Amino acid sequence: MNLPDAEVLCQELARKLRSGVTPSTGLVGIRTGGAWLAERLHRELALPTPMGALDISFYRDDFDTAGLHHQVRPSQIPFDVNGRHIVVVDDVLYTGRTVRAAMNELFDYGRPGKIELAVLVDRGERQLPIAAQYVGASLSVPAGQLLRLARDELGGFSLKLSDAKSAD
Amino acid sequence: MPNPQINGEGKLQHLLTTEGLPREILTHIIDTASSFIGLGDREVKKVPLLRGKSVFNLFFEPSTRTRTTFEIAAKRLSADVINLNIAVSSSTKGETLLDTVDNLSAMHADMFVVRHSSSGAAHLIANHVASHVHVVNAGDGRHAHPTQGLLDIYTIRHYKKDFSNLSVAIVGDVLHSRVARSLIHALTTLGTPDVRVIGPRTLLPTGVEQLGVSVHHDMREGLAGCDVVMMLRLQNERMKGSLLPSAQEFFKSYGLTPAKLALAKPDAIVMHPGPMNRGVEIDSSVADGPHSVILPQVTFGIAVRMAVMSILAGH
Repeated sequence: MNLPDAEVLCQELARKLRSGVTPSTGLVGIRTGGAWLAERLHRELALPTPMGALDISFYRDDFDTAGLHHQVRPSQIPFDVNGRHIVVVDDVLYTGRTVRAAMNELFDYGRPGKIELAVLVDRGERQLPIAAQYVGASLSVPAGQLLRLARDELGGFSLKLSDAKSAD
Repeated sequence: MPNPQINGEGKLQHLLTTEGLPREILTHIIDTASSFIGLGDREVKKVPLLRGKSVFNLFFEPSTRTRTTFEIAAKRLSADVINLNIAVSSSTKGETLLDTVDNLSAMHADMFVVRHSSSGAAHLIANHVASHVHVVNAGDGRHAHPTQGLLDIYTIRHYKKDFSNLSVAIVGDVLHSRVARSLIHALTTLGTPDVRVIGPRTLLPTGVEQLGVSVHHDMREGLAGCDVVMMLRLQNERMKGSLLPSAQEFFKSYGLTPAKLALAKPDAIVMHPGPMNRGVEIDSSVADGPHSVILPQVTFGIAVRMAVMSILAGH
């Protein structure tokens, strides 16, 4: 299938996000794709609050069956989350389980004032009552296919589709 | 007895020894441990990985530090922890080890952390339990203490970054030390080119060279130019036999003093698995000095035990 240009979607997402953020807004990217995206958005929007990154491996709901991911990296939240407006950033929104895990982890850092969600692509098929406030594009992808963001050596974004046993 | 610690898929099923543990698994454990380090700074210092799981600490031998750090590690993973000091419990009433394990399994244990004075006790339990139950060896006789070996390599990597150019000296009672064995196996698997053991003939096992280490009886010669000095505890109970003349004699020859440490590299680190005998194997000014990383070892030990338990529970 024809995939949209990730760079164009990223510009679109930055444009939508611009009106929703303030200098104290904390962007938090979900590793790996969401963290790349958050890094780019953080730069484009010139936000003064440093960005954070979450590795949700310790909060996944399929840990019992899938085990621990091989390359867990520490989460980094370089600001006080208490009372803050936080925008969680991910590359693809699908079942919503990753976002649930990310919110659970955020609450272990404190009590955010408000959490919103920004994604490059919303592929629908939610399994939890979760919605994104900022969306680059909505796209229908066949089940069993894994859609994710890729980054080349120069930092350029593209979307990649592959077969997956368990895509979320 | 077969070693059941690696399952049919090449994954870690139990942690019984660092001997024969593949490099990828060693690295996976210490990499995972490093991502647990930052948890201490958060408001909630727990992650939900082992929520709903029951971890039984079975200590047939006294221990404070190891049992406590396992307990903290399990609690930070949100497990329920049950501590049993069996030295003062059923076994004194005549129950066998496997009967004790069967009874606790009937209480739906998911993981056993076992310390026992007999080498092979954790193996025996691992071969006995159902496939969803995991066993961690927390020290068996003179055989192995794998989580200590892992926290030692975690500590070395933290300060020295890389093993490929390191000289590591292990000093003291290697003969009775499961800590030394576990560390030597882990270091050689990770490609450490120069591992030395230093001690009197009576406290070094015969044929220790076969583990890939060099042997020194003169501490000054053994410490020359090394990057890491691992001091072992001289167990007081060994003093009663004919292995050693006296603690004072031992300190004179093999105690780590500032003068002896000066022979190592200027940035050498000093480690000790605890509990320390100050004035027997280590001088207080070294134990509390700038080269000492003995307390960070304890902190890293929690993260390493969290990593081991979460990797086991995920298989």
